[in-house]
Amino acid sequence: MRPVIQVSGVRKTYGSTVAVDEVSFDVHDGEIFGLIGPNGAGKTTTMECIEGLRKPDRGEISVLGLHPFRDVYKLQERIGVQLQQAQLQKRIKVWEAVDLWASLYRKKAVDANHLLEQLGLAEKRNAWFMTLSGGQKQRLFIALALINDPEVVFLDELTTGLDPQSRRAIWELVRGIRARGKTVFLTTHLMEEAERLCDRVAIIEHGRVIDIDAPQNLVNRHCPERSVVLATDDANAVERFRAIPRVEAVACNGSHFTIRGRGDDLVTEVIHCLSENRIRVTDFRTILPNLEDVFLKLTGHSIRD
Amino acid sequence: MLRGLSKLTWLELKIFLREPLGAIGTIVIPVLIFIIVGRMIGPKSASAAVAANSFIGVGLPVLASILIAISAVLSLVTIISIYREGGILKRLRATPLRPQTILTAHVLVKLLLTAATLVLMVLAGKRYYPIGIHPPLFSFTIALLISTCSILSIGFLIASIVPTARFAQPVGALIMYPMLGFCGLFTPIAAFPPAIHAVALMVPLTYAVSLLGGIWLREPWSTHLGDVAALALVFAICTALSSKVFRWE
Repeated sequence: MRPVIQVSGVRKTYGSTVAVDEVSFDVHDGEIFGLIGPNGAGKTTTMECIEGLRKPDRGEISVLGLHPFRDVYKLQERIGVQLQQAQLQKRIKVWEAVDLWASLYRKKAVDANHLLEQLGLAEKRNAWFMTLSGGQKQRLFIALALINDPEVVFLDELTTGLDPQSRRAIWELVRGIRARGKTVFLTTHLMEEAERLCDRVAIIEHGRVIDIDAPQNLVNRHCPERSVVLATDDANAVERFRAIPRVEAVACNGSHFTIRGRGDDLVTEVIHCLSENRIRVTDFRTILPNLEDVFLKLTGHSIRD
Repeated sequence: MLRGLSKLTWLELKIFLREPLGAIGTIVIPVLIFIIVGRMIGPKSASAAVAANSFIGVGLPVLASILIAISAVLSLVTIISIYREGGILKRLRATPLRPQTILTAHVLVKLLLTAATLVLMVLAGKRYYPIGIHPPLFSFTIALLISTCSILSIGFLIASIVPTARFAQPVGALIMYPMLGFCGLFTPIAAFPPAIHAVALMVPLTYAVSLLGGIWLREPWSTHLGDVAALALVFAICTALSSKVFRWE
């Protein structure tokens, strides 16, 4: 089956600054695809090129078989977009915005009341945009992105600036979009968001895509290290731990030990060692690498720097 | 083509009237000033010098019309630039909406407000300017519509490119107000030296003043076809250019 979005060799410069260079990836039907990277990496530029809001200097983009720039109005009919830092008229009411958006599309809009209900905005339908909280504004923008029952939904830095509770609620909404068979393309600089939400991610930095895969595959490929932290008073612990296969280092800090090694079997091996030697432990936890570590490994710096 | 226009226009009108000074600033204050000025000089000058009389009789309605059109331009330019700066235009762009639709909606709102202001002024004028003027209201309305559309199209063009709201008002004022000096409203353009006369002929307001003044005095339309053509030309050029250079962000 043909990918919903095909991007190949896209380059975009602003003056002498290269925002995006040689970016290529495919987005498949029905998946949540994330473009992840630090601020200024080129995520928004890439997304806006795909949405037809910017014209790349080079490269090919196809969305639902359409050319985003040439067929921009045709494309807008079939996609839903949530932009970073967008605003509406201060004194537009929630229902008026949804009603206006519904009137802009040829296609019959989805039931606006139902949509507001789903997004928890039913009580706010008569509120002015300027009186909404950050989370409510974000949910309204999601409503506007969904009003035309789009085939592909674009979400740019959807939860930036939201409190953890609103963030979780919005993640649930995005999963709901996927459950209805839509394709979701999102950008985020929050690794936790990418890990919890995305089926596949592309890591982008300085305008280039470094790697693309499912988050877990990326972690397994780039960060096979595992650590077990445990506390025990057993006098022979260090020797026993060093003898475990695949263990590379054992660090000791008082009664706390950090056992480092590689591969998924490390944790099992440690547990096996503990039970075989009847070592009594008062604390036990594992430290597994995540996308954050992958990013650090691939770029040499943390995504927050 | 202009899908969403009626809804957007209605919405923008409502939003405008929700602004704290929306209706008061655009409609109530101009009418109030008109009435106050009318009370102060109107009845006295009815019997006063002919020059003053002709200004009240012709110049004032034309001046009022032009000033309202200019303030509509400034307000259009400001609103669009606020929308641009705030990312509202960008959000609207990510829909099938076209720039022409957005600009047209705002122009329609301005026309409606201008019309409301003028109707109130005419009503007030009947009461406070008992000079026995009976202008051809229908023809004048048509002339006003033509002039206002043409003047607003200049606003279209400015609004399409002004980057920030902070610049919008001064840039708009800098372009619009000097035109007032050349448009023949205060001095007939025939009285200008040749160089300034040439400038006056380049200023779109000149044709608006000529058309409005002439129609107010019941001159036939046939003597003002040139004015109408010039205003239509300005409108055509400005709207075509503005959709070419329209900046969404």
